[in-house]
Parts: sequence; structure tokens; C-alpha cells
Amino acid sequence: MDLHLIPSAVPSSEERAAIDAALGTCAADRQWLLPALHAAQERAGWISEGALNYICERLSVPPADAYGVASFYALFAMAKRPRAVAHVCDDIACRVNGAEALCGALEARLGKPGEPLPGASATWLRSPCQGHCERGPVALVQIAGPNPVNTTVTAATIESILGSLAGSTFEPRATSQPPSRVRATAGQANNGEGDSWIAAPQTTVPEWRPGLRLLRRVGVVDPASLDDYRAHGGYAALRRALDVGPEGVLREITESRLLGRGGAAFPTGRKWEAVAHAAVRPHYLICNADESEPGTFKDRVLMEEDPFALIEAMTIAGYATGCETGYVYIRAEYPRATSRLAHAIERARLRGLLGDDVMGAGVRFDIQIRRGAGAYICGEETALFNSIEGKRGEPRNKPPFPVQAGLFGKPTVINSVETLANVLDIVSQGGPAFSRIGTAASSGTKLFCVSGCVERPGVYEVNFGALLGDLIEFAGGVRGGRRLQAVLLGGAAGVFVTPDELGMPLTFEGTRAQGAALGSGVVMVFDDSIDLGDIVHRIAAFFREESCGQCVPCRVGTIRQEELVHRLRAGAPMGSAAAELALLDDLAGAMRDASICGLGQTASGAIQTAMRKLGVFGATKS
Amino acid sequence: MTGAAIPAPPSREVELTIDGRQVRVPEGTTLLQACRSVGIDTPTLCYLETLTPVNVCRVCVVEVEGSRALVPACSRPVEPKMVVHTDSERVRHSRRVVFELLASSVDLSLAPARVREDMARYGASPERFGPRAARVAQPVKVDNELYVRDYSRCILCYKCVEACGADAQNTFAIAVSGRGFGATIATEFDHPLPDSACVYCGNCIGVCPTGALMFKSEHDMRAAGTWDESRQTVTETICGYCGVGCTLQLRVQDNSIVRVTSPLDHDVTSGHLCIKGRFGFQFVQNR
Ligand SMILES: Cc1cc2nc3c(=O)[nH]c(=O)nc-3n(C[C@H](O)[C@H](O)[C@H](O)COP(=O)(O)O)c2cc1C
Ligand code: SF4
Ligand code: SF4
Ligand code: SF4
Ligand code: FES
Ligand code: FES
Repeated sequence: MDLHLIPSAVPSSEERAAIDAALGTCAADRQWLLPALHAAQERAGWISEGALNYICERLSVPPADAYGVASFYALFAMAKRPRAVAHVCDDIACRVNGAEALCGALEARLGKPGEPLPGASATWLRSPCQGHCERGPVALVQIAGPNPVNTTVTAATIESILGSLAGSTFEPRATSQPPSRVRATAGQANNGEGDSWIAAPQTTVPEWRPGLRLLRRVGVVDPASLDDYRAHGGYAALRRALDVGPEGVLREITESRLLGRGGAAFPTGRKWEAVAHAAVRPHYLICNADESEPGTFKDRVLMEEDPFALIEAMTIAGYATGCETGYVYIRAEYPRATSRLAHAIERARLRGLLGDDVMGAGVRFDIQIRRGAGAYICGEETALFNSIEGKRGEPRNKPPFPVQAGLFGKPTVINSVETLANVLDIVSQGGPAFSRIGTAASSGTKLFCVSGCVERPGVYEVNFGALLGDLIEFAGGVRGGRRLQAVLLGGAAGVFVTPDELGMPLTFEGTRAQGAALGSGVVMVFDDSIDLGDIVHRIAAFFREESCGQCVPCRVGTIRQEELVHRLRAGAPMGSAAAELALLDDLAGAMRDASICGLGQTASGAIQTAMRKLGVFGATKS
Repeated sequence: MTGAAIPAPPSREVELTIDGRQVRVPEGTTLLQACRSVGIDTPTLCYLETLTPVNVCRVCVVEVEGSRALVPACSRPVEPKMVVHTDSERVRHSRRVVFELLASSVDLSLAPARVREDMARYGASPERFGPRAARVAQPVKVDNELYVRDYSRCILCYKCVEACGADAQNTFAIAVSGRGFGATIATEFDHPLPDSACVYCGNCIGVCPTGALMFKSEHDMRAAGTWDESRQTVTETICGYCGVGCTLQLRVQDNSIVRVTSPLDHDVTSGHLCIKGRFGFQFVQNR
């Protein structure tokens, strides 16, 4: 192939320098495409033709191909726009917290989303869930330049967003050096700018702390301090892992009966065994930190508050499965988790806990961070592989499965952050002990992301087997003492349940028995003041926006579904609401059966259950 | 398992059941090939013998017992003891809806007759999504003298991208850009073809199943209302531009060459040509 670049498109010297800094002396390989595109975007505020050209030249990627990749991601702008952009979440949890009013106010000040006023230095865009649902409304503010800003504004107001866009609230600080904070006592609510540990309300109440396992160190350790982590039991699990050896670790994981927490509930032990014993080398480990299911934010809290735990767990996983390289694929909407994790990786490397000789035991393992760029679908494991490889984030058809041919076509272990977080206790305390927590078919504890109309939204850790109603009570019940209307379980890809179903046990088997699923642990509560039709409409739009577009049932099915919901919402059904429901069922059947991946397969569940079980849009309840 | 030192016989046979029939095919065969080997007709849109399967259109889906979702026959290799249903209610339903979704969003009027037959076979009625169903509407791109691109006919089968890329031409002038319903085939920044890497081999036209990519000669004649297949003949010849020996199929109307293709099963070309064979006739004719 002769590389044909765009005639006479040259980068600015700033763009060139930023791209060079991101790429260093790396080989011309398209796996660096995403980091290079981020560098260009963060320097100039968009991907200019000159910048794309230069990236293509350095990485030897055809420009059409690179354009196809860049234009796939929502956070890359393919046309010039102001350098300061607020991506304002208008997704379901934030809608309950006034996101639409905020968008209206922004429109009055800054013009329509994506249509900056003449000469404006800032603009705004609507965005899907940004994983900070417990403190909505939320906006990701990005300011391109020599010291690019990426920050999340929570409990956002028009003033705080405009202030952030003007750069007023930012002291420039190196992104990999979070300020070291020592928490005196948990429970002392520190209202300083966005403390993420208070997103886990159990950690603030001393009586609740003893029951915590995954959240044990949250709010207690200083996330920037490796010494503090070790003082709180850190690296004891890796020590034990090195003592029992890879096969010993595999046995503990299998005996723990740990099931993946990323949605598919696949046995982690089986996955690890398959890769550990795969003949093809190298093996890769991936931590899936894309966390983009609307209403999900537990992985973020773990990464922000206990980043060394994830690094230790990944090291154990890599050791047990024969991987020397691990990747954390983290969504770009998590700037703080990214910087804390990057900082922690650096510290671990300096202390010989990552690198060529981990803990002096002759084990080689290191971790790279890869940032997504605004695409829910990249949380799907095979889309994630393609994204790291510098391709469009389109899921692959399975088989082959990741354990056979995953990242770069090699055997790959991919686990979610929460799954990995469980590994530490399993290795320290033994698989059998772990397996006795929870229920027979769902071992351990589970993190739930409780949001919407509750008194104390946040991440909650409970033993498997707790009832849905108990969890909502734990979060303080429906806020303002209002009546419960519905709960969305499992996120946009999940289903609605009714107030009659609060006795549902929160286990894999218990939810399945009632036609639901835990999914990513979303429990989003809607009181009787919420217009569920509006929520359902937003869910339909979400799937239309996030479909990768590869397969027909999902690419076209999600837009037909949105049109259908739009008609119902406008009170103008084709035929009747019942006829529309029948059409939806037809669409859903084909999407579930014939789509390539889980996005298309689950895109109708919430809408169908809202109409069937809750009578939204006046379709008959069944 | 026998020892690794003994090489496996070159092609072991796999036995499976398709629509109640026992079928034996060599290992590595796809379900589509297995179906075809016993005369079971399966619709396809994004599949082409000469290209790597992308399994995106999903009209070929079949039911495999034990599999939660349906599976694409075009790319799924057979496995021993598979039990496959190609005409179950679920299969018929999905195929029907997929055709409806496609026909409600793009212009299939120049797709092969086979597509209309399949739509009738599965009872597809695209109208049921209403008169306001969004369509992939785009103006026709006429930016060079040789071929035009009308993406309002594009079903995103990825064939042109594959033909332009690693499967044949290795030029990579076009790729899928954007995502979701907004995804479309484009050059970088949607630049006109003459500014792109395109070398006008026309291989993308050769594989496009819907007329989205078309010889400009054909496009102009259709626009003028003079395109008339009943007055056309196809003549096979060998391209004289170089010594490779590509077979050309010249479609002629009123003594003018209006389209040039090469047979898919031709062992020299696999259907692919270069600018000289594909478009060289224009230099001859326009002298
Ligand atoms: C559309 C879609 C999005 C997904 N997003 C995520 C995600 O953000 N995080 C995650 O851990 N798993 C996600 N998954 C599930 C992954 O494909 C995969 O099953 C998971 O990472 C495996 O890890 P586990 O075994 O630890 O659960 C998603 C799946 C689909 C279909
Ligand atoms: S189901 Fe949707 S997201 Fe998944 S591959 Fe198909 S188009 Fe892409
Ligand atoms: S004519 Fe050839 S080079 Fe040009 S886009 Fe088509 S396949 Fe690619
Ligand atoms: S232009 Fe033709 S070949 Fe290319 S994707 Fe569209 S329909 Fe397929
Ligand atoms: S951050 Fe807005 S809905 Fe999750
Ligand atoms: S022909 Fe099999 S998916 Fe298109």
C-alpha cells in the first residue's frame, strides 16, 4: 500500500508537537491511533485535516481509515469548534435532577448545542450518561490548549458550567499528580470540590463499615499513597498469590464461584483457566473500565478511591493467566479516575510492584491505560479490542471468543473493575470462604448504583440475596416521601420493574426468575412525579445514538424504535398504542435474535417493560 | 487426542443436521456452504465468495440449537453435531424484519431481482414503519468522470471497503465513517474522489449489490432515460492493455460500451480489474 495523504494539509506546529509528545518513538502501528487522536483533539479542540494527516503519516494508516475511526467517537470533533466545550449529560438519572432545565438555560446563554454563537469561545453539547449519576446534573468540561482541561462538574448549575468553561476554577496541575489527601475519619463529610468517596454513603457511617469488602478502603485510604494502601492490607493478596502459584490462584478463583460483574455473569474461573492454559502466546489481560451503561458509576468510585487495589488485582490476574501486559480501558468521561490510576501505576512501578520483576519474584507484568473517546459500545468486549487496536469500535461476531482470539488475535482475559476487585479477598481468604457469602448461585457481595429519586443516591455494597426493596430503603427510600412509580433495573439495557416487585432478591438467579437481570447493578428509582414517557424516549434515543451501525437489525431497528416511541409520546400512534406495541415486539424480536451484540439484543427490554408492565403511553397493561 | 506428530488428514468431515437432514461437509465449511451443498437456498446481501465475510446484514441468519441468538450462516463454520434450522419461525421473522428495515431506509430499486423475490418470500412489508420513517437520504456524488456514488442506495454491506482494501485493491480510499444510522461510506473528511487515494480500479463498483456505485456512463443514460437492458448484449474478451490476461465482460448498448465487469469466478481476476480494463473503453470511445 502506498500511503496517499491529504494533499497540502499540514498540522500546526502545536498539533505536531502534541502528537509527537503522545507518540514518542513508538513504531508506526495503528494501535496508537486513539492516543494520537486524543492528543490532537486536546491541543486544538478538533481533529483538523493537518493533524489527521500527520497522525496517518506517523502511524502509516490510510487517511480514509483514520477518518472512519475518528468519526466513530463522540468526543472527537471532525469540524472546527470553540476550544471550550461542556458535554452536558441529559440522560435518564440526570433528567430526574433537572438536566433539561439546565440545558434550557445553557441554550439561552450559549446558543443551541453544537451551534456556537458567532465569535463565542465556548459551546455545549448534549451527552449520554457520564457515570456520575448520584450527583446530577453532570457536565464534562473540556478546554483544549497547551494544558488541556478535562473535568467533571457535578451538581452542575448554569454558573458552575459557565465558570468552568471560562477556565476560572482550574489551577493548572499535572494530570498524573493528584493532591495527596489524608482523610481523618470516615463520616466527616468533607464538602470540598467533588469528593468521590461520599458517593458511597455506607463508607460515611461507622456502623456500616464493618460489612464492607469491596468498599473497605474507600474513604479511608489516601488514593495517592501506596504506603497508606499497604498499611490497610494492600499487597497481602499478591504476596499470597506468589506463594500459592498460578495454579493455586486459578483454583481459588474457581472455587469462589465468582461470576463476572460486567453484565454477562460468566464464571471468572473458567475464563482464567482457558487463557492460562491456551498454547498461543502472548496472553493479554484487560480491565474493562468503560462503564457506560446509563446509571452505572461503581467502577468509577473504586478506581478513584482505591486505585492500588485494581492494580494489585490485575497483577494477580496477569500472574495466574500468563499475561505480561494488562490494559485498563477507561472511558474518557472519567478524568479523575484516569489520573489517579495513572499516578498509582507510576508509584507501583517505582516500587517494583509492576515491571520486569514484580515483588522480586521474577514475574513480569505491567499496565497501560487506554482512554475511550465517547462510545458506549466500546464496553462490549470485542468492540473494546478493536478500539485498542485502533479500529472502529465495532463488535466482532463470536465465536471465536476472547479466551481463544481476543486482543490482537491472542488469548485474552477481560474482566470488569468490580470483578477484579473481588479477586483480592478471594486470594487472601480463599475461594471456599468467599463462596459461602451470598447465595448458592451468586457468591460474594455486589455493588449497586442507586440513583434517581432516592434520599441518598450512591454506590451500595450488599451481600447477594438482599431484596430490591431493602436496598431502596437502605438508600433512604423514595425522596421527599413520595410514592414509588417504577425502578429501572440493570440500566438502559435492563428492564423496568414495578412497586409490586420490590421483594425480588438481588441475585443473578432471583432476577432471572422474574425476567430481569442485574446487568451492571443499576437501581434507578422513579417517583410518581416523573414522566416515564420522557424517560423511555431518552432510552430509545440512547440506543439509536450508541448503535455502532454495523448490523442492520440494530442500526435501523433502533431508529425505528425511537420513531415509534416518538409517535406514542406525541400522542399520534400509527393505529393504536396496542398496534404500536405489537410493532415494537416484532422489531424487538428481530433485534434480540439477529443483532451481532448485546447492544441490539437488549435495546428494547426497558421500553417493552415500561409499556407492558407500567402502562406507559396507555398501552394495555398485561 | 492423538499425538501432535501425526498430521491431521487434510480435510476431516463434519456431520451435522440441517432442517432434519444429515449433512456431511469438510471441516471449515460455513453453514451457508453446507446449506447450499444440499440445495437449501439462503438469502445473503453482504456475503461474496471473493471477500472476507463481515456478517453484518443478517439476512442469512439461521437457528442453531443451543445458541441463544440466531447465527449468521455466511461466516459461522460448521461444528460436529450442530442442529440447524433454516426455516423456523424465528428465522423467518428475523429475515422478514431485516428486509423491512433495509427497504424502509434505502432505495433498493436497483438491487438484483433476487432481493425482491426474497422480500416476497418472507412477506416483508417495509411500509409498516410509516411514511415518515427516516431514510438514508443523500445527494448523489458526481465528482469524477468515471463513476458516481449514490449512498441513498447503500446498505452498508462493507463490500466496497473490502474490495478497495486488503481483500483486493490495497488502496484504502474509502472506509465506513460515523456510526449508527449516520454511518456512511466516505473518503477522509468526505473529500471528493479525485482528491482521495482512489485509483479508479472500479472494484468497488464491481462488488456493490445495490447500484449505489455505478459507472457514470450508466448513470447518465439512466438519467436521460436511455438505459435499456433489452437492447444490451454482453461480450467476453481478454483485456489487451497488459499481459495478465484479465477476462472482461463488455456490456454494450447501441454500439457503445456501457459497463465493464469481470467474472467473479475468473481465476486471474476474482472479478477485480484495474482502471485500464475497467474504464479504458472510455478512451477508446471518446476519441
Ligand atoms: C453494549 C455493551 C456494553 C458493555 N459495557 C460494559 C462495560 O462498560 N463494562 C464492563 O465491565 N462490561 C461491559 N459489557 C460486558 C462485556 O462485554 C464483558 O462481558 C465484560 O467486560 C466481561 O467482564 P466480567 O466477566 O468481569 O463481567 C458490555 C456489554 C455490552 C453488550
Ligand atoms: S447490535 Fe448494534 S452495536 Fe452491536 S454490532 Fe450490531 S449495530 Fe453494532
Ligand atoms: S475505484 Fe478502486 S481505488 Fe477507487 S474507491 Fe473504488 S475500489 Fe477504491
Ligand atoms: S456502496 Fe455498495 S458496496 Fe459499498 S457498502 Fe454501500 S451497498 Fe455495499
Ligand atoms: S451522569 Fe447523567 S445519567 Fe449518569
Ligand atoms: S450474508 Fe450473512 S450476514 Fe450478510
